[in-house]
Parts: sequence; structure tokens; C-alpha cells
Amino acid sequence: MSILSLKNVSKSFGALTVTDDASFDVPQGQALGIIGPNGAGKSTLFNLITGNIRSDQGNIHFQGRDVTKVSAMERCLTGIGRSFQIPQPFEKLTVYENLLVAATHGRNLSERDVRDDCADVLERTELIKRANVPAGQLSLLERKRLELSRAMATQPKLLLLDEIAGGLTEGECQALIRTIQDIHAQGVTIIWIEHVLHALTSVVERLLVLDFGKVIGLGDPDEIMASKEVQEIYLGIEV
Amino acid sequence: MAYTVTTQTPASRIAAILGALAIVVLVALPFFAGRGTIQDMFFILTMLVLAQFWNLLAGYGGLVSIGQQAFVGVGAYALFGTVILWGLDPVPSILLAGVAALVIAVPTAFFAFRLNGAYFAIGTWVIAEVVRLLVAQWKTLGGGTGTSLPRDATRDMWFVEIIEETLGVRSAAARDILAYWLALILALATIGGVYWLLRTRRGLALAAVRDNTEAAKSVGVDAGRMKWIVFLTSAFGTGLAGGLIYMQKARISPDAAFSVTDWTAYVIFIVVIGGIGTVEGPIIGVLVFFALQSLLADFGSWYLMTLGVLAIVIMLVAPRGLWGLLSERTGLHLFPIRRRLTGGKLTASEE
Ligand SMILES: Nc1ncnc2c1ncn2[C@@H]1O[C@H](COP(=O)(O)OP(=O)(O)O)[C@@H](O)[C@H]1O
Ligand SMILES: [Mg+2]
Repeated sequence: MSILSLKNVSKSFGALTVTDDASFDVPQGQALGIIGPNGAGKSTLFNLITGNIRSDQGNIHFQGRDVTKVSAMERCLTGIGRSFQIPQPFEKLTVYENLLVAATHGRNLSERDVRDDCADVLERTELIKRANVPAGQLSLLERKRLELSRAMATQPKLLLLDEIAGGLTEGECQALIRTIQDIHAQGVTIIWIEHVLHALTSVVERLLVLDFGKVIGLGDPDEIMASKEVQEIYLGIEV
Repeated sequence: MAYTVTTQTPASRIAAILGALAIVVLVALPFFAGRGTIQDMFFILTMLVLAQFWNLLAGYGGLVSIGQQAFVGVGAYALFGTVILWGLDPVPSILLAGVAALVIAVPTAFFAFRLNGAYFAIGTWVIAEVVRLLVAQWKTLGGGTGTSLPRDATRDMWFVEIIEETLGVRSAAARDILAYWLALILALATIGGVYWLLRTRRGLALAAVRDNTEAAKSVGVDAGRMKWIVFLTSAFGTGLAGGLIYMQKARISPDAAFSVTDWTAYVIFIVVIGGIGTVEGPIIGVLVFFALQSLLADFGSWYLMTLGVLAIVIMLVAPRGLWGLLSERTGLHLFPIRRRLTGGKLTASEE
């Protein structure tokens, strides 16, 4: 059964069509990678799935329910978690409090009930030592880790990750891959937008290619990477 | 080792003890202070209540209103209305003052929430002006010139007689003492209530919405509902304060009860110089405001100009107000809300 299903979804900003008649399904428990050049509309696709932006046309189903007109808040409550490409921390709250907001509201539990889960997430993302630091004081890499941590704290069924591996050292990147593999192994469906292709392909089972808002390829990662279109788009980018 | 979360700090424990002592002194004040002091304290406490609610609205909710005088005025007029028209005692009428403000706040919010930023601020002010003009048409309550509370209503007010007898004071002084005690209860309940809210997960949600609304929605925070909660709570509290202030004054007019200077400009001044977005800020702010008012009261318009210049200087030098400056330097928090995670891997690192 597919957990997420997009049918003919389109979105324009003025004259610019950023999502062009996108249709695809994500089976329950799968890890899907999304690649495509800058400005292809990848982040916009996430915003449409999470409800931060409303689509102009088409339908989005999550767990069989039509969520096309459902608010971002409610989509989170039904199990969609996300990270933002440009980190959006709650700057005046500490790292731990950032997770508390997500865990208490996203899961509708008390602070006491989620304390150990939040600490556990911070251990897994190696932010635990920074738990009591205001998020506004974090470095860019730490902010990205906070994005992942905060999304994990809502314990989503579908986790959307937007370019979280850029700028990491090889060791950090391997740790991140292990964390995501862990989450995936627990049965969480993952959609991951990433330019660091070797990180992406070591996790995902399927790859979607987006160009000018259109889905131009969807299938087995090796086949997709070998295809002519992708070779053209990614000419000069490490594979 | 297991994780624990603490909000207390050693300083906040000392502050709690000092706070308890201060409350005892404030409760006992009418037994040893003169009538002038009681009236001054009434003024300070009611301004503090207004400041706490404006701070909740603007400092925590991000809703910068310049129309809070609407709720002071509606609360005050509701109290006069129930006393004069229904013959109710003024003391329980204070509650109805809060309810009336709440009722007005609902349509106000429907209108004002469609506006953002400066438009929201101006929208709230316009609504307050409209309500003032409407109330000025209310002939039974004196229209544009206003009216007074009936003498027998104030004389026979609940608790006044018992205060007269116990403290051996005249009726007018007993009414001031009653008003003071009610203001003290309201101020303590307000500070306690705001502090309690900030320590619940709703308080976290407020901070999250203020810092980043889009991200807050994405982690399941109902941002719209938080705005409603904050707006309606502030309106109710401001209405209570309005009813109480005019119960003590016993005389009302639309221009006074809906004064943007008295009930919003001064209040914003208090919050801004004290420190917006903190519970401590309005407390410091109201003390500074009272001191300035006492010093400069005889200088007329110089007084207003001094307030304005001071507010601007503080906004430039210390954008987080006097309390912000102090707590930054010393790390002091009298009402701590920060959740500190300790134990587990954090213990290991600190050893
Ligand atoms: N809110 C917006 N308003 C107007 N244009 C936007 C908005 N968000 C994105 N865009 C434009 O849409 C295009 C796709 O952006 P985005 O989805 O961020 O691409 P990607 O994530 O693939 O780099 C870009 O040209 C971008 O400038
Ligand atoms: Mg992007």
C-alpha cells in the first residue's frame, strides 16, 4: 500500500510553474531519494506535501486520506515530519526545548512523557552536548542537525529530509547515513532530497528526478543514475 | 544515569522566598501605611496588570496591539452599567467587566487577525475608537460627559464595612483599601497565571510561534489557536483591570476610560523599558514609570517628552529593556522558564 500519493499536482508562483503535473506514489516503508538541479522545484514539492504551501491543482493523499486542503499543523499530527533546507530553528529556545515543542505538540503528549525520547534523539544526532544552548547560537551544521532532530521528535510515519548532508566531513556523513538507516529500519517512510549522491544512494531504494518542476525519472537508483537525462543534468557533478 | 529536567535556579529559589515575603508585606500594607501610599500602590498594581497582559499579547504572542484601551473602557462601562442599571454590587461586577471585554474581544479578533504587523496595530486602535464613539452615545450612562457610581452603591459595597471596623478607618479610606486588596489579588493572579502558562507546553508553543510560525506549524503547533488564547486572555484580564480601576475612581467618561495614552501608551512604555517578553520586565518597568511620574508630575508636557525620549534611548541602548540588560549581565532569572536537561550523557561531559 502506498503511504503517500500525488496525483497531477501543480503549483505556480506567478508565471513560473514550479511543480508541473507531478504524479507519483511512495509505498509504505520505502526510502525515496529526490534529485534534480537547483531551482527544479524539489523544496516546493516538500512544501506541497507538508501543507506549508497549497497546491493549485491535483490531489495529495496521505495514508489513504485526501490531505490536499489540510493545514500543515494537522498534517504533522497525522504523521508527516520534515526538515527545512534553510534551517528554521526556534532561535530563543534551547536545542532541547526545540525538540520539546515538536514532541509535545506533534505527538500530543506532556513534557514529562517525551523527555527521554527527546534526549534519545539528541544522543542519536550527536547534539546532546548542546542540549541547553539556545538554537540561535548554533553553527550552520548544528542547525541542520537540529532540523533532523526536531523532525524525528515528532515521530513521523513519513519523514521528509531536505539537503541535510551538505558540508559534512566524510565521518560525519557516515554517522548521518547510519542515523537515517536506523530510522528507516524502524519502518519510517523517508523522502530525501540530497545533492550528496553517494549518501543518498546508500540509503534509498528508489530515486525520483525532478527538472523544471516535472518528474522526468522514477525508478531503481542505479538505472536512474545511468540514464541519459540524469547524466546530462549531472554532468560535472560527482556521482 | 537517567535524564532530568529542571527550571529552577539557585537565584530563583531565593527570589521565591523574597517574593513570598514581599507578598506578606503587601497584604499587610493597609495596617501600617497611609491612604496616599495605598492609592499609589493601587495605581502601580493596576498598571502592572495592564502591562503584564500587553506583554503577554505583544511580547509572547507577537500581537502588537495599540487598542487595549477598548477593553479597559468596555470593562469599566460594563461595571458602571451593571451597578447603575441592574443595581449589582460593584465588587462582583468586576468579573462581569472581564466577561464584557471578552465578548467584545471575539469580533475584534475576527477583524484584527485578518491584519498583520502595523495594520494589526492600527486596526485594534480603530476598533477602540469606534467602541468609544458608540459608548459616548449611551445616554443612560451619561453619554459623552460620563457619570458617577451612585453614592449608596459605593457606600454599601461588599467588605467596606468590615474593613472600616477592623482597621478603624473612614468609609472612603476603606474603599481604597478594598480596591487595593483586589488589585493585589488581580496582580498576583496575573503574574502567577502568566508564569504558569509559560511553563506549560502552551508556553513553549507561544515561544515557537513567535520565533518561527511556519516551523511551529510544521511540528504540530496550532498557531492560530495560540493567537486566540493570548488575545482573549489579555482582553479578559484587561477588562477586569478596567472595571477595578473605575470602581476605585467611581467616576467615568468615554474619553478617560478609552484613553489611548493612559491605558496603552503608558503600558507600552512600561513593558518596553522594563523588558518585553519577560515576566520580570513589566515589574521593573512599572516601578520606573511610577518613579518618573512622581518626579515629573508637575512639569506637564515635559513629563510626556521625557518618557518618550527615555523609551527611545532604552530601545537603542538596551533593546531588551532594563531587565534584559540586568539578566544578560548577571544570568539572573526571577521567573525561570528555561527547561534545562541534566543527567545522562550531559553529566559525563561536565565531569
Ligand atoms: N515562495 C516562493 N515565491 C516565489 N518563487 C518561489 C517561492 N519558492 C520557490 N520559488 C521559486 O521556485 C523555484 C523552485 O524552488 P525550489 O523548490 O526551492 O527548488 P529546489 O529546492 O529544487 O532548489 C525557484 O525558481 C524559486 O525561486
Ligand atoms: Mg531546495
